[in-house]
Amino acid sequence: MAEAQIKPLTMNFGPQHPAAHGVLRLVLEMDGEVIERADPHIGLLHRGTEKLIEHKTYLQALPYFDRLDYVSPMNQEHAFALACEKLLQVEVPRRAQFIRVMYCEIGRILNHLLNLTTFAIDVGAMTPLLWGFEEREELMGFYERASGARLHAAYFRPGGVHQDLPEGLLDDILDWTERYPAFIDDLETLLTENRIFKQRTVDIGVVSLEEALDLGFSGPCIRASGLPWDLRKTQPYDVYEEMDFDIPTGKTGDCYARYLVRVEEMRQSLKIIRQCIAEMPEGPVMSEDHKITPPRRDEMKTSMESLIHHFKLYTEGFHVPAGETYTAVEAPKGEFGVFIVSDGTNKPYRCKIRAPGFPFMASIDQLSRGHMLADSVAILGSLDVVFGEIDR
Amino acid sequence: MDQILAILTNPMVLELMWIVVQIFAVIGPLLIAVAYLTLAERRVIGLMQLRKGPNVVGPFGLFQPFADALKLLSKETILPSGASKTVFVIAPMLTFILSLVAWAVIPFGEGLVIADVNVGILYLFAISSLGVYGVIMAGWSSNSKYPFLGAMRSAAQMISYEVSLGLVIITVIMAAGSLNLSDIVEAQRGLWFFIPLFPMFIVFFISTLAETNRAPFDLPEGESELVAGYFVEYSSMSFALFFLGEYANMILMSGMTVTLFLGGWLPPFDIAPFNWIPGPIWFAIKVALVLFVFLWVRATTPRYRYDQLMRLGWKVFLPFTLLFVAICGGVMMAFDLLPGA
Repeated sequence: MAEAQIKPLTMNFGPQHPAAHGVLRLVLEMDGEVIERADPHIGLLHRGTEKLIEHKTYLQALPYFDRLDYVSPMNQEHAFALACEKLLQVEVPRRAQFIRVMYCEIGRILNHLLNLTTFAIDVGAMTPLLWGFEEREELMGFYERASGARLHAAYFRPGGVHQDLPEGLLDDILDWTERYPAFIDDLETLLTENRIFKQRTVDIGVVSLEEALDLGFSGPCIRASGLPWDLRKTQPYDVYEEMDFDIPTGKTGDCYARYLVRVEEMRQSLKIIRQCIAEMPEGPVMSEDHKITPPRRDEMKTSMESLIHHFKLYTEGFHVPAGETYTAVEAPKGEFGVFIVSDGTNKPYRCKIRAPGFPFMASIDQLSRGHMLADSVAILGSLDVVFGEIDR
Repeated sequence: MDQILAILTNPMVLELMWIVVQIFAVIGPLLIAVAYLTLAERRVIGLMQLRKGPNVVGPFGLFQPFADALKLLSKETILPSGASKTVFVIAPMLTFILSLVAWAVIPFGEGLVIADVNVGILYLFAISSLGVYGVIMAGWSSNSKYPFLGAMRSAAQMISYEVSLGLVIITVIMAAGSLNLSDIVEAQRGLWFFIPLFPMFIVFFISTLAETNRAPFDLPEGESELVAGYFVEYSSMSFALFFLGEYANMILMSGMTVTLFLGGWLPPFDIAPFNWIPGPIWFAIKVALVLFVFLWVRATTPRYRYDQLMRLGWKVFLPFTLLFVAICGGVMMAFDLLPGA
């Protein structure tokens, strides 16, 4: 008798699936509950960001970065702002640097809050998500008070930040950093030592350090595999050099390690935020080079030159000297890089974005092969993918 | 006129009518309880999650269940073209009917039971085992992948936990000396069974969580994996029937827990202020407490994975309950504690 060929059960996981983290479509070939092959399909949120940026002035390109990883918008802006500054060779005032670092860390907490809690809901724990959103709300409030927008802030500009912080905001943020550790503790009581949570995450989706390097991992995912690689330490930008913080690393590289690394990173971020607030200098928040940054409003009323600057900036934009740069920041998800080629005009010739989520997505087959269906959901949650940046 | 009166006063007809009245007296409050359990769940979990839950429809959101029911009634019932139509339609009915018929033997108070059969507990056990058929039929007839996986999980899960559930019930029967639920409750006068049989009480409660597909054993409908599990393809009232069935089952299982371990309708202490309150009220209070724990568990625990759930059922609960049955029997034999011996 000829051996019967058994066709695997092919399942369409998403794009309309509660655990697909947006618009992921995974085609799973399964043997019962066990995954034999996972084929991620991307592109359902493709908006042509990179191409659009080629047709926008540098300042107009900036808000696109909010819309990449919409969970931590300012961290992406930071990469673009730094890249522009490198090409323009402008100095950023110290106060602006402190504000940026502070908001980047707020962004990191925003991101980890969303990731940890959605990860929890992926393995079936519902409550952390709702607790977490209460805190995110507060952080969004800080975003709003600085930039006027809760999500798409467009706050970090080439040359500094758009406007100074309103009065009292720093005190409120400091207040919040006092309260927040209690929340992390509460979150941990629900998850960290929970038997079921550990059963669902320990030894699931293990990535060894070599594999992680081969797959191009960065951020918490590679740190969970044991490499203390963090761009904030290895090639510091803005005032990260002066900050005192630790890089948490894991040992096992499984979902649980990734969870623990993120929890600890939240605590470290709090530390950085506190230092920023304590050492926040006075002074301008934007470079005084008005060929690049807009002049002050009151100056425009009296100074002809300021008016011209303003007009030129918001119509033609600034010209960037020809050249190219790859500038990367440690976004909450990993290394977020921008490669800009400038041809000396007011628009970038090419802008390539390196999204940390893309390698994560590419690894999903390797990670979930041989695991059960429920594990693939946990793995997906622990990798922290956001489709805004993967599809761009 | 006389003829109609004659038929109506026929003792058999009268008896039949009396039974129908009794059935409605049970099902009416039960369905209202189911409706308010859905509301209670949303409110209780809402409070645990630092949010309000439904509080807009009516005072404190009390009319929310009715609004939901109306909404579901007004939706279109979708029959998937690939589905096996008859089975697809029967499945939710079966689930719902089974969750109601089991109430026939639950004693609400002294003598307050529709059918005081002497094998009540076996009947209850049989009906709750049949519940898995509704799920399998739904999953299979939908002809769709998620429901199919959900049904497979559910079947495996319900069967695994039924085994330990059965062994727990054996210890209770040994302690009570009867299969009649009213007698089991009476046997608990003075000492409720959850004190001497505490480990069994815990196993029983966890098994009822698994039996009703509630968190942390809600794999058959695991939101993040199987979208909604076996009832993905259902809509409108057929969906509502599954929903009602699930919640009626929760109440039933709580009723069973109360009857077997928490002294049924008996007051906690047989002294003045406690025994003024009638039995059915005590029963309702206890059921509500057990249901609260159901909700509490749902708000706090993550979900088990399929194989972990099976491991817990077969490798932990089964040997443990088996051992406990032996120990329990041995102790009762040795110290001459067997009831009626």
